[in-house]
Amino acid sequence: MDKKSLKGWLYLLPAIVFLGLFMVYPLVDVVIYSVEEGYNFASQSFFGYGRYNFSYVLRDPYFLQAVKNTLILVVITVPLSTGIALLISLGLNSIKPLKDLFQTIYFLPYVTNTLAVGLVFMILFKKTNYTDGFVNLIIQWFGGSSIDFIEGPYAAKMFVMCFYTIWVVMPFKILILTSALASVNPDYYKAARVDGTSRFRIFTRITLPMISPMIFYLVITGFIGAFKAYSDEVAIFGTDLNSAGMNTIVGYVYDMLYGDSGGYPSYASAAALILFVIILTITCINLLVSKRKR
Amino acid sequence: MKIVLENLTKRYPNRNKKIKEDVIAVNNFNFEIPDGKLIGLLGPSGCGKSTTLNMICGLEKPTSGRIFFGEDDVTALPPENRGVGMVFQSYALYPHLTVLENIMFPLQNFKGKDKLSKTEMTERSKKAAALVQIDMLLDRKPSELSGGQQQRVAIARALVKMPRVLLLDEPLSNLDARLRLQTREEIRRIQRETGITTVFVTHDQEEAMSISDMIVVMEAGVVQQIGKPQEVYDDPVNLFVAKFLGTPPINIFDGTIRQNKLYIGEEAVLDVFPEKNETEVCVGIRPEGFMIQEGGPLSCQLSSVEVMGRDTSVVASHSACTQPAFRAIVSSEGAASLGTGKIGFALKPAKVHLFSRQDGSRIRFTVK
Repeated sequence: MDKKSLKGWLYLLPAIVFLGLFMVYPLVDVVIYSVEEGYNFASQSFFGYGRYNFSYVLRDPYFLQAVKNTLILVVITVPLSTGIALLISLGLNSIKPLKDLFQTIYFLPYVTNTLAVGLVFMILFKKTNYTDGFVNLIIQWFGGSSIDFIEGPYAAKMFVMCFYTIWVVMPFKILILTSALASVNPDYYKAARVDGTSRFRIFTRITLPMISPMIFYLVITGFIGAFKAYSDEVAIFGTDLNSAGMNTIVGYVYDMLYGDSGGYPSYASAAALILFVIILTITCINLLVSKRKR
Repeated sequence: MKIVLENLTKRYPNRNKKIKEDVIAVNNFNFEIPDGKLIGLLGPSGCGKSTTLNMICGLEKPTSGRIFFGEDDVTALPPENRGVGMVFQSYALYPHLTVLENIMFPLQNFKGKDKLSKTEMTERSKKAAALVQIDMLLDRKPSELSGGQQQRVAIARALVKMPRVLLLDEPLSNLDARLRLQTREEIRRIQRETGITTVFVTHDQEEAMSISDMIVVMEAGVVQQIGKPQEVYDDPVNLFVAKFLGTPPINIFDGTIRQNKLYIGEEAVLDVFPEKNETEVCVGIRPEGFMIQEGGPLSCQLSSVEVMGRDTSVVASHSACTQPAFRAIVSSEGAASLGTGKIGFALKPAKVHLFSRQDGSRIRFTVK
């Protein structure tokens, strides 16, 4: 090793040490935990190595419910939030007056605390002794009967969950997409105008391909973010997500570690690894699709 | 298709909101562009030449005035209904489409009875590509092409829908010097072959002079002079036009006219009979207007001699010259024996122009 690369390694050393200590080692530990069968938290002992933790987790109805919830959340919120964000960005990009004001308004949820937003949603949706919640008041005003969004049917709860998630992730996407749209060279649009290109064709043939790298970025990070959802659920349904039937995979991992039924790091590790494999697979597929398109 | 511009004016509100007065980008532009000619709009940046081009294209609406293509008033028409092809300074080639797809793009916009079949579109695109000689690059992406090739693709895309008018915005500014020379010949050839009335914008006078049938010199939104390149060069209407055309530029001296003699400094250099009685004038002398003559009427201090083969460029200084040094181009034979120190010049009257010191307007004169 010559002097120069030695120097380089020296500069990298602090980062390598910290990452190794606080990232790589725990990751390896998670893998080890996940294959230790019958691990006892108190005595720190286990029977042996095997796949039992995985098969237990995969048969646990709570885990399956969590996977189902997470998948529904991902499938609904990622395309919807990206699509709506694109529409709003297009609108923002084509108006002149009050553009800054609208941009600020749309960006507000991003700087608002998750739990504070959760509180707002409680006011919107929660049934109490005094009121059915704002949304129910509207439903009643239109002649419908009120629905219990927080403790009622699964579909209603899922609706609130998706609505909340979309609302929370939207500002960042709008921010990214408006700047992506603004960075498209206006000459392309002028050239298209001279050639008499219809608005729809300009959008599909010019705008979309131009900002597609940004859209792919948002879809990939959106998938990852939605798979890791947890705090938003707690903000709306409280900490006992299993009994509310609204748990997510990350929530399941947390419960296995620290929840009422906590103290099972092996199950938690197995569930975390399963989540990792799911996210890895989807990200790889995303990358492959985006590569082929280009 | 001839293009008629009638009292064309464009005003913008001032960017600085405190100034109420509008910015006048183009002021009362009148010009009839003859059919099938190549016209160069020439001027320094900010003179309104691109705005004029955009108004002809339809991307900008004139504040007042009218534009005719042939007999049709197109002032209110959007660009797509005018039948114009436009080549942008940045070329604006769609980076995700291949060369063929780029050229085909305008054809795919046709609707209704104009709609073309896929084979027709491909055929016409290939024909346009062949015209600009890029038919072997059809499957490439724009990023895989050189600047000159991208330029050709942009021209092919503008030509493929067979426009009545072709507009080029600074077509050569993104090319290196050698390619620029080649491409401007290419533009000339394509224009001749298609016979489409073509307007192009440039700030490079050499570019405009070399290929245009006519040039329009603009400054601050006002047309200064319109004419054939050689005519404008030989007979500029004012000091601005004289200074703007020609490399090396015209040399300006402070002069006076007394008793029908033109004085530069204390020396009488020419006998002149001016049309106007003005004593204080600017004297513009083209570099090729100097002749080396021992004891010639204009004596100057020689600074250096640059040999360029056929010609020799003599750099000298004179106290009445507005620049610290001026440049004369003489044939190499006469310059061989140049030493240092004083040098005398005689002047060719046709290459000497007089301008008013007040407003820069031309003062014509006869020699005898």
